[in-house]
Amino acid sequence: MIPAAFEYYRPSDLAGVIELLEEHGDDARVMAGGHSLIPMMKLRMADVPHLIDLQGISGLSDITIDTESIRIGALVTQTNIICHEDLAAAAPILRETALQIADPQVRNMGTVGGNVANGDPGNDMPGLMQCLNASFTLIGPDGERNVAARDFYEAAYMTAREDDEVLTAVTIPLPEGGYAYEKQKRKIGDYATAAAAVQITKIGETCASASIAMTNLSDIPVFSEAASTALVGTSVDDAALKAAVGAMLGDIDPTEDNRGPVAFKKHVAGVILRRAILRAWSRA
Amino acid sequence: MKDEVESRDDRVANLKGMGCSRKRVEDARFTQGKGNYVDDIKLDGMLFGDFVRSPYAHARVVSINTEEALKVPGVLAVLTAADLEPLGLHWMPTLAGDKQMVLADGKVLFQGQEVAFVVAEDRYAAADGIELVEVEYDELPVIVDPFESLKSDVVLREDLDPKADGAHGPRKHHNHIFTWDAGDKEPTEQVLAEADVVATESMYYHRTHPCPLETCGCVASMDKVNGKLTLWGTFQAPHAIRTVVSLISGIEEHNIRVISPDIGGGFGNKVGAYPGYVCSVVASIVTGKPVKWIEDRMDNLMTTAFARDYHMTGKIAATKDGKITGLHCHVTADHGGFDACADPTKFPAGFMNICTGSYDIPTAYLEVDGVYTNKAPGGVSYRCSFRVTEAVYFIERMIEVLAIELNMDATELRRINFIKKEQFPYKAALGWEYDSGDYHTAWDKALKTVDYEGLRAEQAQRVEDFKAGKTRTLMGIGLSFFTEIVGAGPVKNCDILGLGMFDSCEIRIHPTGSAIARLGTISQGQGHATTFAQILASEIGLPADSITIEEGDTDTAPYGLGTYGSRSTPVAGAATAMAGRKIRAKAQMIAAYLLEVHDNDVEFDVDRFVVKGAPERFKTMKEIAFAAYNQAIPGIEPGLEAVSYYDPPNMTYPFGAYVCVMDIDVDTGVPEIRRFYALDDCGTRINPMIIEGQVHGGLTEALAVALGQEIAYDDMGNVKTGTLMDFFLPTAWEVPNYETDFTVTPSPHHPIGAKGVGESPHVGGVPCFSNAVQDAFRPFGNRHTNMPHDHWRIWQTANKLGLHG
Ligand SMILES: Cc1cc2nc3c(=O)[nH]c(=O)nc-3n(C[C@H](O)[C@H](O)[C@H](O)COP(=O)(O)OP(=O)(O)OC[C@H]3O[C@@H](n4cnc5c(N)ncnc54)[C@H](O)[C@@H]3O)c2cc1C
Repeated sequence: MIPAAFEYYRPSDLAGVIELLEEHGDDARVMAGGHSLIPMMKLRMADVPHLIDLQGISGLSDITIDTESIRIGALVTQTNIICHEDLAAAAPILRETALQIADPQVRNMGTVGGNVANGDPGNDMPGLMQCLNASFTLIGPDGERNVAARDFYEAAYMTAREDDEVLTAVTIPLPEGGYAYEKQKRKIGDYATAAAAVQITKIGETCASASIAMTNLSDIPVFSEAASTALVGTSVDDAALKAAVGAMLGDIDPTEDNRGPVAFKKHVAGVILRRAILRAWSRA
Repeated sequence: MKDEVESRDDRVANLKGMGCSRKRVEDARFTQGKGNYVDDIKLDGMLFGDFVRSPYAHARVVSINTEEALKVPGVLAVLTAADLEPLGLHWMPTLAGDKQMVLADGKVLFQGQEVAFVVAEDRYAAADGIELVEVEYDELPVIVDPFESLKSDVVLREDLDPKADGAHGPRKHHNHIFTWDAGDKEPTEQVLAEADVVATESMYYHRTHPCPLETCGCVASMDKVNGKLTLWGTFQAPHAIRTVVSLISGIEEHNIRVISPDIGGGFGNKVGAYPGYVCSVVASIVTGKPVKWIEDRMDNLMTTAFARDYHMTGKIAATKDGKITGLHCHVTADHGGFDACADPTKFPAGFMNICTGSYDIPTAYLEVDGVYTNKAPGGVSYRCSFRVTEAVYFIERMIEVLAIELNMDATELRRINFIKKEQFPYKAALGWEYDSGDYHTAWDKALKTVDYEGLRAEQAQRVEDFKAGKTRTLMGIGLSFFTEIVGAGPVKNCDILGLGMFDSCEIRIHPTGSAIARLGTISQGQGHATTFAQILASEIGLPADSITIEEGDTDTAPYGLGTYGSRSTPVAGAATAMAGRKIRAKAQMIAAYLLEVHDNDVEFDVDRFVVKGAPERFKTMKEIAFAAYNQAIPGIEPGLEAVSYYDPPNMTYPFGAYVCVMDIDVDTGVPEIRRFYALDDCGTRINPMIIEGQVHGGLTEALAVALGQEIAYDDMGNVKTGTLMDFFLPTAWEVPNYETDFTVTPSPHHPIGAKGVGESPHVGGVPCFSNAVQDAFRPFGNRHTNMPHDHWRIWQTANKLGLHG
C-alpha cells in the first residue's frame, strides 16, 4: 500500500493550478481532501506523477446562502456541512446526507468538490446533487463555465470536467418542502448498497413537485425523472409509491458485488426509495 | 506504626490481589501512543523487505526476471526460491507436519503467495522494486472447493508422493491431507439407526480471518561479529519461534534471541511461522544489516493464517421426549494450499472432538477430512482454543435443529441433556474429561434474567402482527450454551513440534520487597502485566503495584509455549501461583527464624507471617524479603527466587449461557441487536474488569463473524474481501450494549481455580448471534442457513421463505 513516486505541488492560486494542469495534462491530478485519491494511489490503481494540492488556495471554503440559492465552495468539508447551522436550516438534506458518509475522521477531510468531482458511483453527494438540481462551476484555461449536475456524469470516473479544469463551487437552488436521504450500508465507512435522495413539496394533501435520485445503483448517479413525475399530483398513496418505485427500477442498473446480487439490490432500492419518499412526505 | 492501625481488610485492599478490578497497568503507555510495537523498532542501517506476490491462485512460475527491479535506486537484492534452495530454506516445515514454500518453487498454490523478496533501503524503494520484478506465469486450473478437489485429476501438491502417508496417516487422494477421527463409529451408527428421532443438517462455517489491528511483521538482525541473531516479531509463541528458527537455520539456540515486544492483537493470526520471518533472517544474514518486514492490511487478510472453512454434516439422535442418544459429525476441512494449521501435533482438527458440547451424549463419532485447495494456508484458532468455535457452533446448531424436529423448546431440550453438576469430572464420549461445571444453575439464571418466557410471548405476538401486515420486522431469540476446552495442555497429549505445552514463571524478590516475574507467555492485549501481578500479590503478600511482569524476551524469560487457546491463565497463571508458593515456603522459614519459633508455628496472613496464637508477633513479607538478602540464616541460601514449570493435569472447561434478542428487517435484511446477555463462568475471577473487557471484545468478534466477516473467493481463486471495505471489522457503531453476568465454578485442579476467559465469548457468541437470525425465521419454516448473516443473505432467507409477497 505504497504509492509510486510523485511530484507534490501546493500552488497558492487557481491560476497556478491551471498552469500545472496544462503543463502536465493527464499526468497531473488535483487533490482536495485526498480521501478518495490517496487510497487509489496507494493501491497503485491511480498513477499520478504530479499531484497538485488545492489546500493552499483561498476562497474555496465558503458557504453562502442567498434568497434563491446556496453556493458551496469546493473545499468545504463534509464536517463543515454538518456543523453549519444556517445551511442545515436552508437545506437540511445536506446535513442528513453528510452524516451518512463514512465516519467523522473521513468527513473532516473529504470535501464536497472532491466528492462530486471524483465520479465514483459510490459517492453520496453526486446523487444528492441530482436530486437538488445543482450546478457545478468549473474553471479552466478558457475561463469559467457551469455544468448541471444532471449532465455532469458520463460513466464511472468519467465526467464532463476536462482534465485541465478545476471544480470551484457547487450551486444549489434553495430546496423547498420535505426531504430525505435514506441509505442502506453494511457498516460505517461503507458505500451504499442502495441510497435515495428525495425532495417533495405539497399543496394541501397533493404532491406538487418531487425530485428523486439514487446512489450506487448504476455506473453514474441516477436522477429518475419518471419516478419524480409519478408522485406529482398524487396524495403519495400506495399506488403512487408503487408507481414511483417501478419507474425508478426502470432507471437503475445495479451490478453484483460483495453487497449482494442484482435482484437483492433492486429490491432494496425499492424499499429504500419508498421509505425516503414517506419520510420526505411526512416532512413536507 | 502504620501496620498496627491498618485493618486486615485494608491490608488485603493494599495488595490489589485477586478479585479486584485493578486498572490495567499497560494502558498508561497504550493510551498515550507510547507502546513499542515491531514497526516502532528502528535500527541503524535497517533495510526493508517485501514480497512480490502471485496474482494467480494456481500457476506455474515459468521465469522470474529481477533485472529491472535491481536498477531501482535503493533496491539491494531480490531473493527467489533459487537463492534459498542452497540453504535448504526455500521450503519450511509447518506446525501441522506439512511443509510450505517460503518462496514459490516452480508453482504457486494461492493468490498472494510469496514469489520473491525484495530487499531495499526503505519500504518505498522496496515497493517500487516489487512493481518491476517480471514474473512469467502459466495458469493452471483453479480449485476453490474441497469437495471438487477430492474428485479432481488436478494435482495441487506435486511435491508430495500421492501414495505416501501424510503426517497424520493415510491419504485417500492426491489432494487429501488426512482423515482424523474420534469416538466409536459402529455403535454411533447403530444408535442412529435405532433412534426415535434423528435430525440431520449440513452447515458451512465460512472462512474468516482474525485480522488483528497490528499486522504480522518482524525485524531480523544478524550480528556477524558475535554470531548472534536477534529477531523481534509479532510472535504469540516467542520461545517456540526460537526453537523453530534454530531447527531450520542451524543456528544454535543460545545464539538466537527472539523478542516479542508489544503486540497489537493476535487472535491466532500470530501463532504460526511465515515466509516473511525466514526471508528477513536470510536477508539479514546476506546483507549483514537488520531487515524489517511488515505486512500491509491486504497481505495480512490474503496470506497469513485464516480461520475456519469447515463443511460440517451432523446427525443427532434422540428419544421422543428429547434425551439425546448419539451424535455423528463429519467435517470436510479446507486447509488451502499447505497444511499450516496451528494445532497440537496429535490433533490435526484441533479439539473439534469437544463437539458433544455441554451435553451428556453417551455415544458419538467424529471424522474430519483435511483437503488441499487453491486458497491461502492457515486454519488457526481465531479467538478460540483449537477449533472449539467450530465445535460449539456445530452442536449449538444441531440442538436447535433437533428442537425443531422434536417440536420442543430449545431451552428445555438443553436442560434435559446438560451434563449434571454431580457428573463432574465427566468423561465425554469423544475422549475429554470435563473438570467441573454447573450448567443448570447458569442456564436458569440466564433465562430468568432475560425473562425468556416473556420474550417468547412477545415473539409470538410479533409473528401474528407480521402475518396480519402490521409489521415488517421479525424478532429472533438467539440461545447458546457453550463449554470451552482451554489451557493446552497436559504434556502427555499436547505438544507443538514436539515441544510439550507446559508453561512457566520465574520470580525474583528484590531486597526492598518489590519483585519481577517473568513468564513463558506473551500478552497481546490480554493484560497479563496486570493480572499475573494480582495472582502473585495474593500468593506472596507483596502489593501488585510492586511487581513487574515481563514476557516475550527469550534471553530473559523462562521457556514457555506462548499465548493462544486461552492457555495463559490456566497454564502460566498456574505456574505463577506455584512459583509464588515456593517463595512463600522459603519466606516461612525465614520468618520463623526471625521470630525465633519453629517453621510450623507461623502462618501466612495476607502480607505477613504471624506466630500462631500471637498475632502481634509477625514479620511482613517486605521485612522477610530484606532479611533474605542481609541475614546469614543457618541452612537457608541467601536470596528469594523461585521458578516453576507447570504441566497441567487437565484442561480447564469454562462455560457460559448467552441470549441475544434481535429484530430483523425482512425487506432489507438488516438485523438490529436489541439485547445481548452473556453469563460466563471462568472459575475464580482474577480481575472482573479485565474479564468484562475480554467478554466485550470476544462478543464483538463473534458478532463480526456471524454477521458478515468473511474471506471470500471467486471461482478463479481471487480473494474478494481483501480490504476493510469488504472485510467486516465492526466499530462502536455496529456494536450493541452487552450485559455481562457470571457464576463461579472453580477448576478443581488449577492452583487458584481459574479457567480461561478471553475466548469464551467468541466461542459462545458466534452460535448465539447466528441462532438469533435463524430463530427469527423459524416460525416460517427455516431450519438452517449458513453464516455470515449479512444483509443479502438474510434477505435471501426471507425471500426463499416467500416473505417478500
Ligand atoms: C473509509 C472511507 C469511507 C468512505 N465512505 C464514503 C461514503 O460512504 N460516501 C461517500 O460519498 N464518500 C465516502 N468516502 C469518500 C470521501 O467522502 C472522500 O473524501 C470524497 O469522496 C472525496 O473527497 P476528497 O476531498 O477527499 O477528494 P480527493 O480524494 O482529494 O479527490 C478525489 C478525486 O476528485 C478530484 N478532485 C478533487 N477536488 C477537485 C476539484 N476541486 N476539482 C476537480 N477535481 C477535483 C481529484 O483529482 C480526485 O480524482 C469514503 C472514504 C473513505 C476513505
